[in-house]
Amino acid sequence: MLRTPSKSIFRPKRGISQHVLDEHRDLVQTINRRNVLRGTLSLGALTFLTGCNVSEADQVQTVLRAVSDWNDRVQQLIFRPNHLAPTYSEAQVVKPPRFNAHYDIEDVKPVDVAGWRLELAGRIADKRPWTAEQIYALPEQELIVRHICIEGWDYIGQWSGPNLRMFLERIGADLTAKYIAFRCADGYTESLDMPSALHPQTILATKYAKEPITDPFGFPLRLRTSTKIGFKNAKWITSIEVTNDFPDTYYRKEGFNWFSGI
Amino acid sequence: MQSVAVDSGQNSRVRRLHPLPIRIMHWINAVAMIIMIGSGWKIYNDEVIFGWLHFPEALTIGRWAQHGLQWHFFGMWIIALNGLVYVIYGFTTGRFKRMLLPVRWHELMATISDALRLRLSHDDTTKYNPVQKLLYIGILCTGVLTVLSGLAIWKPIQFSELLVLFYDFQTARLVHFFCMAGIVAFLCIHIALALLVPHTLVAMVTGGPAVGESATDKTSKRGPEH
Repeated sequence: MLRTPSKSIFRPKRGISQHVLDEHRDLVQTINRRNVLRGTLSLGALTFLTGCNVSEADQVQTVLRAVSDWNDRVQQLIFRPNHLAPTYSEAQVVKPPRFNAHYDIEDVKPVDVAGWRLELAGRIADKRPWTAEQIYALPEQELIVRHICIEGWDYIGQWSGPNLRMFLERIGADLTAKYIAFRCADGYTESLDMPSALHPQTILATKYAKEPITDPFGFPLRLRTSTKIGFKNAKWITSIEVTNDFPDTYYRKEGFNWFSGI
Repeated sequence: MQSVAVDSGQNSRVRRLHPLPIRIMHWINAVAMIIMIGSGWKIYNDEVIFGWLHFPEALTIGRWAQHGLQWHFFGMWIIALNGLVYVIYGFTTGRFKRMLLPVRWHELMATISDALRLRLSHDDTTKYNPVQKLLYIGILCTGVLTVLSGLAIWKPIQFSELLVLFYDFQTARLVHFFCMAGIVAFLCIHIALALLVPHTLVAMVTGGPAVGESATDKTSKRGPEH
């Protein structure tokens, strides 16, 4: 049913003049709803960013960590198992090496080597623990490679010790498993994907510049890869586990990228 | 890419100065740039290259180093994919050729001279002057160099062949830093000029004035005459 317009003082008696619209046709054309909406979208995104501490908000962390996990998968695809890192001459070696940890060098608690054992766990045939003496008696591989820290600094270091792949084969580890997890004397945890662990330039380092490594740098045993960022190279190792269950790590829990390949 | 004119009753299609895909990519890039620069400054502050230069924490993105890194390696996907589509679009539609070439020496000198005497014309914003062309070509090359140096410092071993082009890790890091500095300098000029001539800013939202009669952006000949 059609409604007849009621009489109102607000209703113009004559029709609305259209000439205003004609005069401002150009302006009206530039305003269209879709474009205004589009503009507010970008502006909205910008204002979102000005809140500086959005990084720790739960939803934001969920998204950023999901992308970080996605980046792990991309890095696994990029990884070239037989591509060697460049090596350098002894003259380029920095002595002593540069310290890196989530605490200061003064707070390092030296490991008492007499009571120290390397424990083995998980998918390993021979789980007998190793003494430092036994490990130091193994054949050594020397690596003069660049250490690159997540912060951006780097130096060339000279590391030697048993090749990790050789050691894993010797203890009967399941090399088809997905991960190798390391526990350390200071409570630090770290883990490697199997391809990085089996890389020819991944070793269990016992020496630096031909001398046994000193306390701040991981005595008696540490990991030394050539294809991972600095913090992945666990120091003061107390146990090695071979596993298919993802071993979360100290730095990943803090929000750093897990794979951290270089 | 095409806007529909609303005036004449018959829906005639016109090509605008900034087709829709360009406007979308521009604003995606603007947001991604803010993410990359802010988080990059956070990462830089953790191990500065120049002792005298620390970026104010208020201008950085991410509370701690790991958050800066998270943002940077999130933003890289947006900026790289958006940039890739933009470059493909620029070449395949002929937009790069039409808008950025040729840069003629005498026109460049004339524009600089006009600018110095404050006589630079802003009547026709559909054509870039030679200084604009050079700046846009320069920033595109800088963008490519930023991505390459970024890849080199992200994967110095896996992409060791790429790293060699930048000499070593620290020099690649330095190149990445100077690319950022170049982009920030460009942004200062770009934003200042957009604010001085506001209808250029409006054009990047609405599409700007119609150019030519062609309904598509796919033309290899030079831009329309005015």
